[in-house]
Amino acid sequence: MSSLASKSHLTLPDAKRDHIQGPIDARIALVEYGDYECPYCGQAYPIIKAVQKRLGSRMCFAFRNFPLVNSHPHAQHAAEAAEAAGAQGRFWEMHDVLYENQDALEDENIAQYAEALGLDAQRLIGEVLAGAHTARVREDFRSGARGGVNGTPTLFINGVRYEGALDETALLESLPEPD
Amino acid sequence: MKPTSHNHGAAALPAGTPAPDFSLNSTPDQTVRLSEFRGQPVVLAFYPADWSPVCGDQMALYNEMLSEFKNLGAELLGISVDGSWCHAAFSRDRKLHFPLLADFEPKGAVARLYGVYRQGDGTCERALFVIDGEGVIHWSYVSPVGVNPGAEGILSALEELQAKAEVK
Repeated sequence: MSSLASKSHLTLPDAKRDHIQGPIDARIALVEYGDYECPYCGQAYPIIKAVQKRLGSRMCFAFRNFPLVNSHPHAQHAAEAAEAAGAQGRFWEMHDVLYENQDALEDENIAQYAEALGLDAQRLIGEVLAGAHTARVREDFRSGARGGVNGTPTLFINGVRYEGALDETALLESLPEPD
Repeated sequence: MKPTSHNHGAAALPAGTPAPDFSLNSTPDQTVRLSEFRGQPVVLAFYPADWSPVCGDQMALYNEMLSEFKNLGAELLGISVDGSWCHAAFSRDRKLHFPLLADFEPKGAVARLYGVYRQGDGTCERALFVIDGEGVIHWSYVSPVGVNPGAEGILSALEELQAKAEVK
């Protein structure tokens, strides 16, 4: 876990390992620790999208996995599927499809999404079943536990845990003034 | 969330104090005695009640962290004033893989021993104790009742214990 050894890297985007949207040197850094089967994460998904749309390149968004697998039986495979899509260069497309279809996260569904996204679905499912991305998901989980994640979703704004309401207005108001 | 010992009104036993021994029901017909775990660290997680939403999150989080705790040699015990039948239902519902102890009769007796009983509420604080292999409290923390303290402080405390053990 060397890339996550230093404390600040637990809660700030890391271009070397994270899936990020927006420039890494943006003034505003938003990190989400999320679970694809968690209904609250599902509620946060369009809110974060709206905030991203509003701020454009002034914000860098990173998503890390925090699957609560005892509560959410499909969360682990979903997380690994997004990572497997990432291995084919399409992490965010799969991330979005999973959040838009939280009630259909069986392996067959995931294979369909992979196909619809034009990915090598066989390879993707093969990697999920072989646990090719299990360690990566666990590394995300551990970094969250060390960084102060106490449930899902947990958001960090410039390294500080966000405690406010999960709505667009509250989230926007809590962000530092962009340049 | 600073992993330092402080508390909110109650006088939680601080680091350096021998952890009072106790025996409580973990199921309707089984008991757990703290001193059974001598030789390994124990995480005691007091929480106010089964079923309340924040507790659910906290216990769900620790449930996911069990392999990390185990890697650090530690045993996790949840404690509240709920009875063992209530714990059994809660544990089954949330698929918890660690014991929940019933501090039920006399109510809150163990919480009182550790200085984390909430007199007016009839529940205990949301309090964490990391006890070393010799049965001495290495770290304690009382979180505001409505705030899930996460696992960061526990992990740091267990890592300190592991580092100490390696020096010996």
